This record gives sequence, C-alpha cells and structure tokens, in this order.
Amino acid sequence: MAPILEVQNLQKTFGAVVAAKDINVDVEPGEIVGILGANGAGKTTFVNMVTGYLKPSAGTIKFQGRDITGLAPRKVTMTGIGRSFQVSQVFMTLSVFENLLTALAIAQSPGTSMLRPLRRPELIAECEATLARYGIADQRDQPASQLSQGARKLLDIAMAMVSKPKILLLDEPTSGISVEEKFPLMDRVMEALKAANVTVLFIEHDMEIIERYVSRVLAFYQGEVICDAPPAEALADAKVQEFVIGTEVHRETHGGTVDA
Amino acid sequence: MWRDKTIVGLTIAAVVVVVVSFFLPSWLLNQALFGFARALAVLGLMVLWRTGLVSFGHALYFGGGAYAAALLSRYYEVTDFFVLLLAGMIATTFVGFVLGFIIRRYRDIFFAMLSLAFSMILYGVLVKTEVLGSTDGFAVSSPTFLFYAPEPGDEAKQALFVALVIAGWIAAVLVQMYLNSTLGRLTTAIRDNEIRVEYLGFSAEHAIHVKYVMSAALAGAGGAFMAMSLGQVDPDSMVNWTASGELVFVTILSGPGSVAAPFIGSLLFELLRTYAVEFLPHSWQIIVGATLLIVIFFLPGGVWSLLGRLRRAEG
Repeated sequence: MAPILEVQNLQKTFGAVVAAKDINVDVEPGEIVGILGANGAGKTTFVNMVTGYLKPSAGTIKFQGRDITGLAPRKVTMTGIGRSFQVSQVFMTLSVFENLLTALAIAQSPGTSMLRPLRRPELIAECEATLARYGIADQRDQPASQLSQGARKLLDIAMAMVSKPKILLLDEPTSGISVEEKFPLMDRVMEALKAANVTVLFIEHDMEIIERYVSRVLAFYQGEVICDAPPAEALADAKVQEFVIGTEVHRETHGGTVDA
Repeated sequence: MWRDKTIVGLTIAAVVVVVVSFFLPSWLLNQALFGFARALAVLGLMVLWRTGLVSFGHALYFGGGAYAAALLSRYYEVTDFFVLLLAGMIATTFVGFVLGFIIRRYRDIFFAMLSLAFSMILYGVLVKTEVLGSTDGFAVSSPTFLFYAPEPGDEAKQALFVALVIAGWIAAVLVQMYLNSTLGRLTTAIRDNEIRVEYLGFSAEHAIHVKYVMSAALAGAGGAFMAMSLGQVDPDSMVNWTASGELVFVTILSGPGSVAAPFIGSLLFELLRTYAVEFLPHSWQIIVGATLLIVIFFLPGGVWSLLGRLRRAEG
C-alpha cells in the first residue's frame, strides 16, 4: 500500500538553531503513530511543518503522492490534513454548538455557498450528532471559554474532524488533563477517529497513553528521529530510554513544563 | 427572509419613519437626513468591529462617495439620484477592493492607522487640487428621481429622505442576511481565533477583504447621500481625520448589537451635536466627548444594549 504521508529530508532552522534535521518518515493509511520526545526535540516543529504552520528550510512533504511542502495551513487543510493543538484553538466567545456549526458550515460550503444561511437544518442535525459522538452534548450551549480543559480538547478535535480529513495530527491531546480524565477522553477520541477511518499522528508525553493507543512510535531527539518502531520495541530502545524516557521520568519527578 | 424578526422589525420601522417624516419640521428632517446618511457608513464599520477591526480612515470612502457623486454632478451635470448613488458606491467599492489586498494583512492598531493613512492621502490630494474644489469644495445640484424633479428645498429633502430610508432598509436587510450567512458568522470567529479559521480551511484574510469592501461600498453610499443632502462637498467635513473619528464615535455610540443600531446611534449623534452647539457654541466638543466617556464606561454595548437591559429588567 502506498504511504499516505511521505516526509523526505525535512529540515527546519531558526538562524543557527536546527529545530528539525533530515527527517524521513512514511506513514501508511490507518496507522496510529505516537510522537515522543523531550522539550525542544522537534516534535511540534515537525507537526507544524506538515500542517503548513511553518515552512521547511529543506526537504519535501507529500500527501497521497501530492507535494504539499510549504502550502499555507488553509490549503493543507483542504487537501485532507487536519490538526488539533496543544492549547485548544476554539472560538472562545461562541458556544460549543456555534463552534462546531461554524466548523461544519465552512467544511461544507466551498465558494459562494458561504453566503448560504449558517443555521440550516441538515447542518444543525449533523452538529448535534457530532456533539453526541464526542461526548460534549451536555455542554452544548456553554461558551467555549467556560469549558473544562478536557471538554475544550474534545471540541478542538471534533472541529478538526468535521472536514473529514484523511490524516489528523494531534498535539498533546492529554496535556492539562487530570489522570482520571485522560483515559476516558482518549477512549472517546480514538473510538471516533477509528470510526472515521482516519490516520492519526499524535504528540504525547504520557507513556501509558503511548502503550495503549499507538501502533508505531517516532521518537525525536535534537531535531532527529532516533527511533521508528512499534511501541514495545521503541520503549525498550536504549536511545529512547536515555534521551526520551529518562527525560520524562526526570520531568515527572521534578515537575517541568511541556513544549509548545 | 421574513422569518427573521430583525428584518420584520426593520420593515415596520422603515414604514413608520417614512410616514412620520412627512410631519417633521424642516430642521429635524435635516438632522435625520444627515444621521441616516452617516448610518450607512456606520453599518459597514459595525461589520468590521464585530470582526475586531476598527478603521480610523473610513472618511476615505465616505468622502470618496460624496466626491464621486459631486464630481459627476458638477462636470457632467448629472442630477439623477440613482446615478449619483451608484457612482459613489462603485467608486468606493473599487478603491476598497484594491486597497483591501493591502489592508487585509493587518490587524489591530496597524489596521486602524493604515486606514487613516489612506484617507489622509485623499484629503491631501483634495485640498491641493483646484479642479476638485480645493479646501472650499463645491456645490452639488439638487437631485432628481428618474422623471420626478422635486422643487429644491423642503420637497427635494423629503424625497431624498424617503429614498434614503429605502436605501437604508435595503442595506440593513442585506447586511442582516450576510451576518446570518456562514461568511457573515465568521466575523466573531475571526475576532476570536484566526488560526482556527485557517485550519478549518477558510482564509481569514479573504473574509476580512469581503467585509472591508462591503464597508467601503456602504460608506460610499452614505457619502453620496450626504453630498446630495448638504448640497455641498468639502474635504474638511467629509474626508479629514475628524470625519473618520465621527464615524468611529457613532459606531461606539450605536453598539454592535443590531443592524438597526447605526440608524438610532447616528440620529442621536446628530441631535447631540446640534444641542451641544446650542448650549456651548464654542466648546460643544466637551459635551460630545463627555457623552463618549459615559457610553464607554456605562454602555459598552452602545445605545442598542439599552434595549437588552430593559428586556432583562422587565423579564
């Protein structure tokens, strides 16, 4: 099967700082890939380049065989790549329902049909179904600013999914979520994503989440992929143990911060 | 369209205003003419404001519309109301479309000041150009309406006011329909989070460009009406930065709550200024400035928000 995403020799430099160095990754359709790494390892830079937020300094990104290197976020989204953010990017003053309705209307209104009324019966019905699927129907009329971190993450992911992307990149879906909340949240998200048959790449620091949900791990260190393997093999890898897991243990012990 | 309560309300209000206008004294009809002409420009600014953008230079389009109509009247002796109105709108729509490619990239204070800079360029050109009337401006003929040529004076003003109410109604209904559309609803979404709008697959810049051109066309229409109402155009009262400031003042006074708000706010502004000049002829700005402070402190949602407060108090 041809890879859905092909990343070749991808690099990103900020002045003298090399944030991503010679990254080569192929992702097959249907894979669930976990991206691991310490702060500043290049995980978010990688996701930002794939989703058009940053232009690579060198290298190519192909999605379904089409070169999308350097395309603007809007165009990347339109090709079929969605993303969520570490800090949820929702419309804070709008209600949960209005957030999702706006996202749905944009996804289903190319060109001049953007002038059609927003509150159309078919959109409203789909919106209600999506709210139920992601478990946020109870907060339907609450402004997004008043949601818990977990509910806001679910809304962010639901909004990214309404355009029916082929690949979804999640940036730390469980960051800021309590231990009690993280598994129910991830169960809900993964169930919805599997039902949508979407390929998933997600950045995660939590090893329990990685072990439980991913089929493959990409471990980053100083802008490079140091390990690309199934989770059991990757977590046992000496380099990953030294440069990634060691850092995580250190951070959990000493209470560090996560990167953006 | 008729399921929208705002549109029904606008329609009833327009009919009532037209009927009442036949019984208004001449001075009050004048105030209403000036107020409603300015309201068209404020309607456009309200759309921008909902997106989180404030233009300090919309006198470019207000004055531009006025001058486009006035120049056609002066040099080609066109007096037909529809042609003059269209001239004002087409000229400013074109300018707004071209400048929109630049201005849509900027936000916050940069958006505001860039708008101001463009308007001051037009002001500079007008005051230095003799054929454009220089600092004195020039007179505009009393308008005619297809085959109807009212007597200059009260009859012409009455006819112009009816036309203005109809134009205002059309503009308000179209803006209301736009605000209820997907593109229109992006106003708040863009103000809240442009990144998310981009990652939903829509260009925030494109949406802002559309709103900017719309606001330019509305300001151009307002300017053309003002030129016909005053029978005069001049750069100081129509294009200078103070004219832009007045438009922003009225936008704040009106509030962003409804497409009807600019019409109420603009009329209040005309009355406020008239009475302020009456009481303090040499320092009337103190009263106007104090009013703005009161609105900002106690009515941040503008006069329109009073209705909401009244409803809540009753219910």
